[in-house]
Amino acid sequence: MVVPKICGIETEYGITHRGTEESNPITASSLLINAYLSGLQHAPGSPMARVEWDFEDEMPGRDARGVGGGDVGYEPETHLVNAVLTNGSRYYVDHAHPEISGPECADARSAVLWDRASDAIAQRSMRAAATILPEGQELVVYKNNSDGKGNSYGCHENYLMDRATPFGRIVHGATAHFVTRQIFCGAGKVGTEAPGSDRFAVPFQVSQRADFFEEEVGLETTLKRPIVNTRDEPHADARLYRRLHVIVGDANLSEVATFLKVGTTALVLALTEQDLFPDDLCLATPVQAIRLVSCDLSLRRPLRLADGTTATALDIQWDLLERCSKYCNNFGTDAVGGDVATDVLDRWESVLTQLEVDPLAPATTVDWVAKYRLLDAYRERNACGWNDTRLQALDLQYHDLRPERCVAHRLGLERIVGDDEVLWAIENPPPDTRAYFRGRCLQQFATHVVAANWDSVVFDLGGETLRRVPMMEPSRGTDHHVARLFEECPTPADLIGRLQQ
Amino acid sequence: MAERERIQKPSRSDSEPEPAATEHAGSPSGERLKAEMDDLLDEIDEVLEANAEEFVNSYIQKGGQ
Repeated sequence: MVVPKICGIETEYGITHRGTEESNPITASSLLINAYLSGLQHAPGSPMARVEWDFEDEMPGRDARGVGGGDVGYEPETHLVNAVLTNGSRYYVDHAHPEISGPECADARSAVLWDRASDAIAQRSMRAAATILPEGQELVVYKNNSDGKGNSYGCHENYLMDRATPFGRIVHGATAHFVTRQIFCGAGKVGTEAPGSDRFAVPFQVSQRADFFEEEVGLETTLKRPIVNTRDEPHADARLYRRLHVIVGDANLSEVATFLKVGTTALVLALTEQDLFPDDLCLATPVQAIRLVSCDLSLRRPLRLADGTTATALDIQWDLLERCSKYCNNFGTDAVGGDVATDVLDRWESVLTQLEVDPLAPATTVDWVAKYRLLDAYRERNACGWNDTRLQALDLQYHDLRPERCVAHRLGLERIVGDDEVLWAIENPPPDTRAYFRGRCLQQFATHVVAANWDSVVFDLGGETLRRVPMMEPSRGTDHHVARLFEECPTPADLIGRLQQ
Repeated sequence: MAERERIQKPSRSDSEPEPAATEHAGSPSGERLKAEMDDLLDEIDEVLEANAEEFVNSYIQKGGQ
């Protein structure tokens, strides 16, 4: 059965502390986030009390393959700043990076809007930190996935899936898509960081992340990273759902790229749940293939399939587009974002058509193309090689989130959402998932909420025990379900009383 | 929703991929694009970190997820 493809994006940002020798990334990340949260608490008329994350249901070591997967020993860092925002997202320090895990979204367009809101929150955080730091110091946030020195950090996606779909089938379908979708959602990178390779053995590649994948399937996220991650932490009713945790993607500056990344993946996963993913579309060596695709700017390199034939990344994407298009004709778009799915299909076809004719054509929608064209023109004008540090600087600066310094910002990338919408999404949750309930609780009753997480909100009503409101169904607690309830309940006790009826 | 047309892959020519539009210097639109890219590169020179080498060398992150 195809369940609604509720999805979310979590971004670990790069961070630098300029103007000081004593820079520690954990301190810098904490300072960044605390500066933002203090700004909220001190805003005139703000009802915002700081609400901490609730670690009650965190179990990142659980493996979707069942017993035998092993525990990676990753423990949540419960002592560092970790807050819940009124737009339903989580803002915290993870692995020495500031991370924003966006709220649950019902479709790819929403995912783009709240991804942009996350970036805007990071921008506001930089400005808030500047008012606290000594003169001459500055925190700078980068939306990228690599430092060019072999260190990578992630931009993960999450998709709600039917628990009844065998995990092996998900792996089969997802792998072919994850290896090949980078041709339109790769963010581009100068050089290579593949273990054992010379830094400039590859002048420029499609993906930031491809160098860092060493396994086909696994539980790890920080070393020996797998193309398909098996973390089994549904943050929902585990009898009905799983959450596919996707770690293979790049963080995108292009809104169209984010839209396509999430939209096409939701469609391919629906295809898999419907058991329509073709058995013969199986790569012989996915780990090798993900690097081949990333290093081939002509997009013509044949990839070996398990049945002995070959196909290019474009061939595979055309095949998936056609099947997803048929799926929508036959089963409708209700589970994959409604009308937004139709837009995904149109843009998917458009970008493949452009890439087919000229891989450097989609310069206003595909990050790696926009970046490559600029860097190549710069290289030509300055008669320098790809190893010139100015090109590496521009590569990093493409992702600099300071508007006046961001190189991507100057390349005329097509927009999908408006600035006014983004401003609204900084403070408000998506209306059509349970993120609405979480966000409304924080907007209306923040002083009584002691903690919250993906699947519950915990209230202190002044009694002897705390009251936990579970939210095990990600598609409930929407504007449609509970907006009136919030209007009719002046106190949190009223709300809990009504929910118990 | 309306029946979608069967998707037709555009046929690819046998020649090498067209070079980027910036290189079509001969045509009027090519001239315009080249002028636009020149303006952009001027702008980029101002955005580029003053000491690119020091900036690149000092951009070191801890590995994350």
